[in-house]
Amino acid sequence: MNYFKTIINGIVKENPTFVLLLGMCPTLATTTSAVNGLGMGVATMFVLICSNTFISLLKNLIPDGVRIPCYIVVIASFVTLLQMLMQAYVPDLYKTLGIFIPLIVVNCIILGRAEAFAAKNNVLASICDGIGIGIGFTIALTLLGFVRELLGNGAVFGYRIFPESMNMLVFVLAPGAFITLGLLMAIVNSVKNRKA
Amino acid sequence: MEYFLIFIAAIFVNNIVLSQFLGICPFLGVSKKISTAAGMGLAVTFVLTVAVIVTYALQNWVLNPYGLGYLQTILFILVIAGLVQMLEIILKKVSPSLYQALGIFLPLITTNCCILGVSILVANATYNSQGLEPNLLTGVAYAIATSIGFALALIIFAGIREQLAKVRIPKSMEGMAIALITAGLLALAFMGFSGVDHGIAVAAGL
Repeated sequence: MNYFKTIINGIVKENPTFVLLLGMCPTLATTTSAVNGLGMGVATMFVLICSNTFISLLKNLIPDGVRIPCYIVVIASFVTLLQMLMQAYVPDLYKTLGIFIPLIVVNCIILGRAEAFAAKNNVLASICDGIGIGIGFTIALTLLGFVRELLGNGAVFGYRIFPESMNMLVFVLAPGAFITLGLLMAIVNSVKNRKA
Repeated sequence: MEYFLIFIAAIFVNNIVLSQFLGICPFLGVSKKISTAAGMGLAVTFVLTVAVIVTYALQNWVLNPYGLGYLQTILFILVIAGLVQMLEIILKKVSPSLYQALGIFLPLITTNCCILGVSILVANATYNSQGLEPNLLTGVAYAIATSIGFALALIIFAGIREQLAKVRIPKSMEGMAIALITAGLLALAFMGFSGVDHGIAVAAGL
């Protein structure tokens, strides 16, 4: 098993947002700016890598019949850990992302990777998968946040590029999230179609 | 009157799906037919109401008195998972017809983020209770209103997608891309309700 290939696979071929279409709630809700998207992506990546590692380590100890509740407990423990760390070190980001931090527990990406990858592969491969999928998710979220911030606030990572009079506020609000993601997905699809 | 306002605000103004982004997965996943959308809406209403009552009780009688607030996430998700399983068993025995209608949707609900999300909002008293004291009664009213809003958005969206299936769309827009843009337009329409709750409050002299 080529570990490097596993990481690239998570970023491109199995990109959680654009290809697998998983974890849509945080994708749409927290990407009002590039920084928020990046923060949410990194937070999810942290939980994903930790849970993949642990579930891969425990895969022979967990009885098959109760594996899903066991996975959920592992994931929820790491989310609780993440909540405490974020409250201590990045309280502002924690406040902005709000309820979507505890909701990482029900993010389908994490449970999906636990079931589809970590439960079948060794520890090192599972860590690589966590890193790959995590980076793929972070890139997608940052890109979405970048486009929405640029169009809605005329800024990139907080630095103003367009004058304020050119702001299209709707892109920061709820409808803009759906429309931007839909258009990004259409672009990804058309690139894929051309290649095929 | 305040309860009426809670309902208006949660169903139209701050719709759970279209403006709060909770429960997007079922919104995009099970919205191809109106009948399945209605089934999902009903199942969510049922589970969410029960889940809010149970988690509220746990938060106020177990977690808060013993200073265990940090266990909230872990406890709530376990309680919800157990609750869904239990409801499935009870429904099968008590009302087989309702079980038939909701059956396939119940297991999906555990990972529906609007259940955990609304439970946390109510337990932390961070939802809009329209000036009333946030207690169990307003919490349950908020939960029911939220699930009506969820069902409404889901059914409208399923109706649009049923029509959308009949027309030709550009190849790269097929599937999720066009669905997301449709959802965006629907969210834009729902933005027209913003401020309605405040208007009603003023008209009613609150």
